[in-house]
Amino acid sequence: MDWQYFFELLLGGLTRGSIYALIAIGYTMVYGVIELINFAHGEVYMLGAFTGLIIASVLATLGFPIPMILILAAIVAIVYSACYGLTMEKVAYKPLRSAGRLSPLISAIGMSLFLQNYIILAQTSDFLAFPRLIPDFEFMEPIAHVFGSSDFVIVVASGISMAFLTLFIKFTKMGKAMRATAQNRKMAMLLGIDADKVISITFIIGSSLAALGGVLIASHVGMVNFFIGFMAGIKAFTAAVLGGIGSIPGAMLGGLFLGLSESFATGYIASDYEDVFAFSLLVVFLIFRPSGIMGKAKVEKV
Amino acid sequence: MEQARLNIILHELKKSVLVSLWFMFLTFPIMVIRVNTLDHTIMWRWTNMAMIGCAAFVLSFFWRWAMKKKEASAVPAKSSWPYWARQNWAGYVENKTWIYTLQGLMLLGFIILPWIVSTYKTNILISFLTYVVLGLGLNIIVGVAGLLFLGHAAFYAIGAYSYALLSKYLGFGFWIALPMGGIIAALAGVALAFPVLRLRGDYLAIVTLGFGEIVRLLLENAGSFTGGPAGISNIPRPQFFGMHLSVAETNIYIYYIVFALALVTIIAVSRLKDSRIGRALQALREDEIACEAMGIDRVGVKLMAFGLGTAWAGFAGVIFAAKTTFINPSSFTFFESAIILSIVVLGGMGSNAGVILGAAFLVLLPEYLRAFSEYRMILFATAMVLMMVFRPTGLIPARGRRYVVHDPDLDLDDGSKSKEV
Amino acid sequence: MEPVLNVSAVSMNFGGLRALNDVQMHVCAGEIAALIGPNGAGKTTFFNCITSIYEPSEGEVWFTPKAGVRTKLNGMKPNLVTAMGMARTFQNIRLFKNMSVLENVMIARHCRTKAGILGALFRPLTVRQEEKEIVERSYALLKYIGLHKWYNEQACNLPYGAQRKLEIARALATEPTLLLLDEPAAGMNPQETTELKQLVLRIRDEMDMAILLIEHDMSMVMSLAERIYVMEYGCLIAEGTPAEVSSNPQVIKAYLGEEVHA
Repeated sequence: MDWQYFFELLLGGLTRGSIYALIAIGYTMVYGVIELINFAHGEVYMLGAFTGLIIASVLATLGFPIPMILILAAIVAIVYSACYGLTMEKVAYKPLRSAGRLSPLISAIGMSLFLQNYIILAQTSDFLAFPRLIPDFEFMEPIAHVFGSSDFVIVVASGISMAFLTLFIKFTKMGKAMRATAQNRKMAMLLGIDADKVISITFIIGSSLAALGGVLIASHVGMVNFFIGFMAGIKAFTAAVLGGIGSIPGAMLGGLFLGLSESFATGYIASDYEDVFAFSLLVVFLIFRPSGIMGKAKVEKV
Repeated sequence: MEQARLNIILHELKKSVLVSLWFMFLTFPIMVIRVNTLDHTIMWRWTNMAMIGCAAFVLSFFWRWAMKKKEASAVPAKSSWPYWARQNWAGYVENKTWIYTLQGLMLLGFIILPWIVSTYKTNILISFLTYVVLGLGLNIIVGVAGLLFLGHAAFYAIGAYSYALLSKYLGFGFWIALPMGGIIAALAGVALAFPVLRLRGDYLAIVTLGFGEIVRLLLENAGSFTGGPAGISNIPRPQFFGMHLSVAETNIYIYYIVFALALVTIIAVSRLKDSRIGRALQALREDEIACEAMGIDRVGVKLMAFGLGTAWAGFAGVIFAAKTTFINPSSFTFFESAIILSIVVLGGMGSNAGVILGAAFLVLLPEYLRAFSEYRMILFATAMVLMMVFRPTGLIPARGRRYVVHDPDLDLDDGSKSKEV
Repeated sequence: MEPVLNVSAVSMNFGGLRALNDVQMHVCAGEIAALIGPNGAGKTTFFNCITSIYEPSEGEVWFTPKAGVRTKLNGMKPNLVTAMGMARTFQNIRLFKNMSVLENVMIARHCRTKAGILGALFRPLTVRQEEKEIVERSYALLKYIGLHKWYNEQACNLPYGAQRKLEIARALATEPTLLLLDEPAAGMNPQETTELKQLVLRIRDEMDMAILLIEHDMSMVMSLAERIYVMEYGCLIAEGTPAEVSSNPQVIKAYLGEEVHA
């Protein structure tokens, strides 16, 4: 048994999984509050990556040191993605809150296509090289071939942000308001919770995490393209479903699960069918266990 | 009095200015800064920012006005399938003669068109008619049966690949492959439907999307059999009684085939909608549980909806393969499914005329607005969002069927005569 | 005579919750029976069990349609149960909202008609005649119920009481042997309730139908039903004629309310 290979896959899966988890949280939170699959969430991730690239390039020409570029670019990307998420919600989803299931979904698909083409027109449809912003740490040297610095940063950053999020949801007043709104929006409003504000904050948080993931993965992989949002989005959505849509710990678990299984499947079985694997997993789960690992089955009252 | 008016105007101006500033801020990195990672240059396009600012300023007025109008209108936003939408500008046509004349003229026009118009334009019309067929097929599933289906492109692909593979490995001609393509696509549709029978709404949408992608990826990866990403080429065109036709003439021939298919589809779909089966599909859409309680076999009807809708995608696929003589998986992406779905949704779910109009907008219009061709996708994405926000019923909403019953005891309050049974 | 519906020892478990416990019931042809009890007693769950929306965890449901054989309904698909002759209305109105009143009734004719895809596409004479018949019978039913003036109206535009009546008309269109009414008078004012009472009696008399109804309106239940079953917490606590049930101390305690001695 090739243990090095195994660990390589394991840790690689962990890295992937962390990114999927970051994006999946956005999906699951939005679904939790307004029962909408935000098709355009993947594009927010992609916008984060692009914004990061742009800011990083500007800062680089201005001569900033690399660690500062990374941090500033990440912060700016997060801020911008949050703004995009917020605007998106106000324009395409808020007017459709009472409009059934199909209209918001189509609107979301339209928004997703809009953002992709927005990038194509305003920037380019080509692949753009993203600078390696994450420096190589010396203490990672010995295991760098199995688990590099950027992997490490990704996992740590994701872990920290998810921990913060969990604390926020559990212990702050807004976190409680969010949980209440997710359970029963009308009732929450009757109790004085500003549902609009809660929904806006949900989008802001979700988009921020996605943007963080975008910047991190872009500097890990080294390039960005208008289409990365679609693929990552679908996979992150798979992760959210796996973990139980509407459940934040579920999204985190689902992300890790998907990342690990994808890594092992492509490592041990076949690497060409990577995307097919993710989609198949999605289909299988939706058919046999739509409530996911941690969700509760919804029973309709007759 | 004047002070109050002035205040309102100032208030509106202030709002628009804020919106304008917001969008200028929002789009700053992406619209203004253009990074070239090869030679590490940065381009600053300040004119873009000015454009965004002005556009946002002006559009925000329109947006607020349109929102007010939408909220004021009595149509409840809850029902996304309003049969009797009061916004229906197409109206309820009383006068049959003028609509028949219009239809007759259009028919005549379509018949003569290929002879008077260039090959290139004929190609576009073939494309248009293909999308009409695709849209009407999807309409059965989404519009009538109310099942959110995002994988239509996969069955389009199945139809196309059926013809390609049948002709490549078994030497089947076009006319044999056409019905077979439809049947294979229908079977595939039913096969897909089986596992997803219990799924509702969003979940169904995602599973069908996943399935669509799986089909595409499988086609891409099964290289030896399906030609992989390179696809299959040299697909034979249809023969006209064994005669050898030039490229232009074959095109016209294909045009008539598609046109005939489109006509058949329109008639078939109309008839299906207005039948026992059609009503069962609509009942399925309205309330699955009540539908079953009234004696309708929910499973059977769902399978039927899928099979019927995908069969047409199969037919369209065969024709697509014959027309372009070369197919590869990249023609059948999720984008494609999204386009077909948009045709149905924007045109008007459940309504045939709406789908045709939708296809016209999505296929013909971009061609005639050649100057904007690179903006085609973004305009269409914008249209999707705007349509859903302001007019969810589509361009031509579906109209319910009115029946005429001769009952001497009944005196209708409205003096109008209803459509015939 | 063989009862139309014979439910023996039916229990229904939802995970750890025992919603129905050993319920025994039978309804004879031409009889009006009622099922009463406090909210949450399991009455609608019972309906769902006998119409096969749920499969009972224990027990058997036997049904004898008008011109058919005695059949066990456990595990049968709900649409087949309806086709056999058991139709129902719903506690929360489940009309086909965006379809016209006439179409709502027409859809219920589905299980009594045959036209398929080919029939729809080619419209041979038989199919056209079938369609005509469907329209006429549906309209006749609407006239019987009194809703014919609104036949082209969208179902959701009808006033509440009319919607409830439409649900009944829709159920009748399936030509049932046994009609299940789930709180048909809910939300109706006294006048509408009286009309409904007359309607139910007419249906039973003129269409020779057995009727089982769930109701909270005691005046309606006591004057209509020939036999009453009382449920509480999933169990049957009493059974009998209206007089017997209304004087049963257990029933009074659980549901009807005790008299306060001043």
